[in-house]
Amino acid sequence: MALSQADVLAGIKEIVEEVAGIPAASIELDKNFTEDLEVDSLSMVEVVVACEERFGVKIPDEKVTELATVGDAVNFIVNAAA
Amino acid sequence: MSQRRVVVTGLGATTPLGGDVDTTWKALLAGQSGVRLLTEDWRELLPVHFAARVATEPADQMERVEMRRLDRSEQFALVASREAWKDAGSPDDIDKERLGVVIASGIGGVITLLDQFVNLNEKGARGVSPHTVPMLMPNGPAANVGLELQAKAGVHTPVSACASGAEAIGYAFEMIKNNRADIIVTGGVEAAIHQLPMAGFAAMKALSTRNDAPARASRPYDVDRDGFVLGEGGGILVIEEYEHAKARGAKIYCEIGGQGLTSDGYHIAAPDPEGSGVQRAIKFALQNSGLSTKDIVHLNAHATSTPAGDVAEANALRKALGSDADHVAVSATKSMTGHLLGGAGAIESVFIVKALQDRLAPPTINIENLDPAVTVDVVRDTPRQLPAGDIAALNDSFGFGGHNVVLAFKSL
Repeated sequence: MALSQADVLAGIKEIVEEVAGIPAASIELDKNFTEDLEVDSLSMVEVVVACEERFGVKIPDEKVTELATVGDAVNFIVNAAA
Repeated sequence: MSQRRVVVTGLGATTPLGGDVDTTWKALLAGQSGVRLLTEDWRELLPVHFAARVATEPADQMERVEMRRLDRSEQFALVASREAWKDAGSPDDIDKERLGVVIASGIGGVITLLDQFVNLNEKGARGVSPHTVPMLMPNGPAANVGLELQAKAGVHTPVSACASGAEAIGYAFEMIKNNRADIIVTGGVEAAIHQLPMAGFAAMKALSTRNDAPARASRPYDVDRDGFVLGEGGGILVIEEYEHAKARGAKIYCEIGGQGLTSDGYHIAAPDPEGSGVQRAIKFALQNSGLSTKDIVHLNAHATSTPAGDVAEANALRKALGSDADHVAVSATKSMTGHLLGGAGAIESVFIVKALQDRLAPPTINIENLDPAVTVDVVRDTPRQLPAGDIAALNDSFGFGGHNVVLAFKSL
């Protein structure tokens, strides 16, 4: 089932807030997970697994390092689900 | 270099009697029990349906996001350490290379280990939290406190089952004595109220099964004692080199005089009925502290409420203290807190520091009929006044494996 960019962004906001305690309001497409949001490597694993469960997609480990920003993750998930 | 002395400058605790030291201490003096029926369905799997859970959940004392990365034992360590650090005056401007952390646990993150095994079986390897290892490692409580305080003199975790908390304080004491550090956050924690550890202790016949009266189950020295009650929580002390504490104008509770450490070489779980290891540990603690049996007015006993252990310990105390045992007010506070395993020696050290400060030995509850084999002077039901002037007290702790740790505290 196709997912909209807005739906995925909303879902990622919830997940990052839950996992890393970052207020959803500060999570935007251009934010870098590591540098802007200070999501550490262990928490990033949690974010990835939670996204896989929520959106029904597979995010291979070698792709995770390419997902620098929230926008990268949103695009990957939207394409993977298409 | 002149002889370095070690003093206590901060206290913290989260126990079955309260979420901090003051609440816990008041409840202890009032003779309250922290033992309750468990509410979880799994209790029906076990012959024991009760335990002593902490009075205040960590969720009420810390952020949710922080909690999810921490095992319950690590949560207890942070809650109690924050209280102790604040009580010590939050000395954040000290040299962090002279700040250490020594916090013990008997079993470590056992609940995390078991929960993640369930995740693995139900969801596969992707379902296992990336925080699993830092949460289950026994040094996790010390490591997290060390990280928060930026301690750089060394972070350590001695493990000796139910003597772990006392051994941690003794290790920290030696670090200051040996000039490795000037100030150390030290103590012990335990979070093992879970069906598996409880089933293991129950299989050893170590736990009380008094399901019809949980609050009356932990009864050290009573003729009808039938085992210990598992507790959870932790106790933390900030200990400090005396001149360092004076120089920063710290509030000083008392001095740690020294410790005595021995091992039984007798049995993996049973106490040596002769108690020679305990007697030697008391002798060494007194020698190292420059104290004699005449100076001791109070002792917080290990006394877990097991049929064999309580009498073996009492006999050893009588032999080690001789006729001076007549003026030692012996308190068995596990009658109220349950047995915190690796946290026990630590909360009981907190209680000794409070006893020296308030000059009150806490009571032992639930003794309906004192076991006639117990020949020490047990404080029963209500607190007992301790004398004025220079006084000293002992905390003894023993662990499966035959570990004996005795800590000596002196008024200052």
